[in-house]
Amino acid sequence: MDGFVSIRNLQKFYGEFRALKGINLDIAEGEVICIVGPSGSGKSTLIRCINRLESFEDTSEIVVDGIPVMPGKSLAKVRAEVGMVFQSFNLFPHLTVRRNVMLAPSRVRGLSTTEATDRANFLLERVGISEQADKYPEHLSGGQQQRVAIARALAMEPRVMLFDEPTSALDPEMVGEVLDVMKDLAGTGVTMIVVTHEMGFARQVADRVIFMDGGEVIETGKPDEIFSNPKEPRTQNFLSAVLNH
Amino acid sequence: MEIIDTFFNVEVLLRTYPLMLKGLWITIKLGVVSIIAGLALGLVLALIRLYAAPPVQLLARIYIDVFRSLPLLVLLIIVYYALPFVGISMSSFWSAMVALTLVSGAYTAEIFRAGIQAIPKGQFEASQALGLGYRHMMVDVILPQAVKIVIPPLTNNSINVVKDTALASVVAMPDLLKQATQAQALAANPSPLILAAAIYVTILWPLVAAVSRMERRIGAGER
Repeated sequence: MDGFVSIRNLQKFYGEFRALKGINLDIAEGEVICIVGPSGSGKSTLIRCINRLESFEDTSEIVVDGIPVMPGKSLAKVRAEVGMVFQSFNLFPHLTVRRNVMLAPSRVRGLSTTEATDRANFLLERVGISEQADKYPEHLSGGQQQRVAIARALAMEPRVMLFDEPTSALDPEMVGEVLDVMKDLAGTGVTMIVVTHEMGFARQVADRVIFMDGGEVIETGKPDEIFSNPKEPRTQNFLSAVLNH
Repeated sequence: MEIIDTFFNVEVLLRTYPLMLKGLWITIKLGVVSIIAGLALGLVLALIRLYAAPPVQLLARIYIDVFRSLPLLVLLIIVYYALPFVGISMSSFWSAMVALTLVSGAYTAEIFRAGIQAIPKGQFEASQALGLGYRHMMVDVILPQAVKIVIPPLTNNSINVVKDTALASVVAMPDLLKQATQAQALAANPSPLILAAAIYVTILWPLVAAVSRMERRIGAGER
């Protein structure tokens, strides 16, 4: 196990369908990884296994910061260390923006209300939402909601952040504001694993790009290598389809 | 006016209304206690039905289905007249409360289950991803949202429980209906029965209207 996040022989079945066909991956602390590939290639399933929102085969192994990702006590520890941002935001609609951010730190980390409020205010400021702190999520635009979701995940002070197509549900004019927040975050040293269709973002921000297809890692490398000089035919086909539009 | 003397006899009503008030108090007490106990039972059953180990889930399902099929009057008579044969003897109030709670719990369990299942999967996933344990996920995230959805059907169920308290008069519980029938026999005049009916309607009409209002609002919100 070499990585800060280590994935060994990760296999996932949906009934008979093999969604992940034995993935091996080591991710260093502070690394920013972008996972790209056609839909149905298993990239979302892969990152959802890292905090075990998806179960996986017993013969597979995932370790985050030395903690094995398996059901039971250790899973709570892993989830406290791993933040996640979803395609559909999944903010809590019955809580104000600030309360959304405060909930997990006060319940899981045991922060006092004052501490949790301070932390929420600080993070909302950082993602540029402080003026909306007392509103309910439904009164925010998609881009604002996603920035709140990022603040909510950061409030747990995670060592790893997972992003599951964070801009795919956004109107085009709001994609930029979310990517900007993620760029800032990439500079802070938190480990980031981002499933995305934003090739420009991947090229600019990623330390390493992983191309997946059919439940396998086809190719991995520096953004320049993958985007300018892909070696595998499947990578070439995918990139020419995506980049020529 | 013969009709007024028969059904709205003021002299009879004045003579019998203290009795009726006593009955009303018991009806309200029985209704409130049964509604609260039924809510608690229903919530527990719903959580078992959704999240317990499969064999236990099955037990909850069987319970829910059986007690929704069993006529309340039959259950009430069994509790009051049959259980004493196995040494379980309860007053008419507690017999009625137990029967009402057992049945109401089965209905509220289904209401809670539907409410919880109406919460999008993403809410569960976001809670888990944040590291919230099961209890915090339910108490802080899922149930507050489910409660909003289930308030109209739960109010409906509570109205039914209050109405069903009248069945307790068959096990000699001195509730509103029982007092009214006794007053009627005493006065040889049916006015107390009419008054009892009017009292039930007066208590429950506002709740019925509130449910309609809530349902209209939810319907409008979904558009």
